[in-house]
Amino acid sequence: MGREVILEVRGLSKQFATHRAVHDVSLSVERGAFFSLLGPSGCGKTTTLRLIAGFETPSAGEIWLNGSRIDALPPFRRNVNTVFQSYALFPHLTVLGNVEFGLRHAPAADAVQRVHHVLEQVQMSDKRSRKPSELSGGERQRVALARALVLAPDVLLLDEPLSALDPQLRKQVRAELKALQRQTGVTFLFVTHDQEEALALSDRMAVMRGGEIEQAGTPEELYRNPETRFVASFLGEMNWVDGVGIRPECVCVARDPGSDGRRRGRISHTTFLGPHRHLTIQLEGGEVVTAQTAAAAPYQGGEIVHVYWDSADELRFPS
Amino acid sequence: MTRLRSIFVTPAAVLMLVTIAVPAAIVGVYSVLSRGAYGGVELPWTLENYTRLIDPLYGGIFVRSVALAAAATALCILLGFPLALFIARSGTRKNLYLSLVILPFWTSFLIRLYAWMFLLRDTGLINTVLQSAGVIHQPLPLLYNTGAVLLGLVYGFLPFAVLPIYATLERLDKNLLEAAADLGARPIAVLTRVTLPLCAPGIAAGAILVFVPSLGTYITSDLLGGSKTILIGNLVQNQFTTARDWPFGAAVSIVLMIVAVLLMFTVRRRGEELL
Repeated sequence: MGREVILEVRGLSKQFATHRAVHDVSLSVERGAFFSLLGPSGCGKTTTLRLIAGFETPSAGEIWLNGSRIDALPPFRRNVNTVFQSYALFPHLTVLGNVEFGLRHAPAADAVQRVHHVLEQVQMSDKRSRKPSELSGGERQRVALARALVLAPDVLLLDEPLSALDPQLRKQVRAELKALQRQTGVTFLFVTHDQEEALALSDRMAVMRGGEIEQAGTPEELYRNPETRFVASFLGEMNWVDGVGIRPECVCVARDPGSDGRRRGRISHTTFLGPHRHLTIQLEGGEVVTAQTAAAAPYQGGEIVHVYWDSADELRFPS
Repeated sequence: MTRLRSIFVTPAAVLMLVTIAVPAAIVGVYSVLSRGAYGGVELPWTLENYTRLIDPLYGGIFVRSVALAAAATALCILLGFPLALFIARSGTRKNLYLSLVILPFWTSFLIRLYAWMFLLRDTGLINTVLQSAGVIHQPLPLLYNTGAVLLGLVYGFLPFAVLPIYATLERLDKNLLEAAADLGARPIAVLTRVTLPLCAPGIAAGAILVFVPSLGTYITSDLLGGSKTILIGNLVQNQFTTARDWPFGAAVSIVLMIVAVLLMFTVRRRGEELL
């Protein structure tokens, strides 16, 4: 993209009394990008977000926002806003009161229009007089977004904003979130443990593990060219055969033994996934691979098949 | 299920009935009877005990009592809120500080009031120290006035304000405070725009717990106020003891109860409007 960097984190560390939550994390986020921090729980992604928001003080490192260093500033002096995992809407205020909350501290001449506009954007105009307790989970999430976006932050920090929603709703809200980000052009820094979410939403992403960044790049780079076994396993599904990784969609299945060194195995079970079917195959030699086939592929559990793949699709990692 | 519940609820319900409802009913009945020659009550029924209360003398006592209880309540909340906030934010020391707040209850209130008398009287600790230090030449009139009663009430009832406020502060979602700061609120604004409104129920509970006993107090005003500060509590006490006018004492009690209940409802309604 080659656009200017709006948020830059350099060598950021956070040491709590007994454990190292974040260690030497560096990342840069371009203006207008959708950037995800992905990792399992306890990997330091939320702490990183809280350090950027100013709720935690870093043990070491620097945070630069829009050209100025902000890591020593209190949260109320940083031009970033947060959408909390629990949404943290003020229960004593209406939707309107919540959205107007921050404007009291950053008076704007066009405050009224901004509130009106953002409520339209999240489709909450008709519920502006409701209290948070009278809203559904999805509606609360939209109010939390509106409350933060109305202040036009340099970066919007989102802490697993979809995890409190039921799975049915999650995909729909995910699409709305992406549309909102495109529409507003605001830079999003999105924390999630859901790799599918991160892959679907991000322009760029970083995978975290044990307080450190394993790898950063575009979703496609990370999926196709993972630099570590952890990234390879964490993103999508991965088979490990003879020490190399091969994705299920790269594994071909045939009844014909061929002459190109195909490996023989027995289908232990098949899993129907709608558009396609996963075959779990026990190879001779004991290893298990999953192969993705068309849903209509004619294989049955118990059948003997031969698997093969293009060696160019193999992923190798130094052990 | 309902049977089990009734087994557990019945003892408390019976206790409440016997110790609150029945005595209150007896007081109500006494208040519409006539005065016996040597205390006690006699027929005929009369409303005279209530009409006597219209006298400005008693009106003055009521107004003074309400004003003093209101002042004690306001001071307890003003002092209690920062204290509760401090305790709620002291991490692992919370329990230590809470026990310190409750510690005075281990000694009888009466003894603690006598201790205040030792501190405040003309030959008491404060005056003696100030005089020997040459700061003052005449003892300061610290005891036997309204100020001393107010001091005693605030001292005695402060924990009742601190504890419910602490309970609401403790329950407060920390994310809300972070969200307020995140949206640009300085610490003072976080306090006034988020913490205070969300603690309104605790503040209201604390206010009621201080106000009601302050309104009916008689030991504090008796010991620290001397003969100058007559409050409703003392009026009631006098009717049942020296004046031997039980029906009038009962009528005053009933009016006091009605005032207290009305005020409580007003405060609660205001509290609900806030939330």
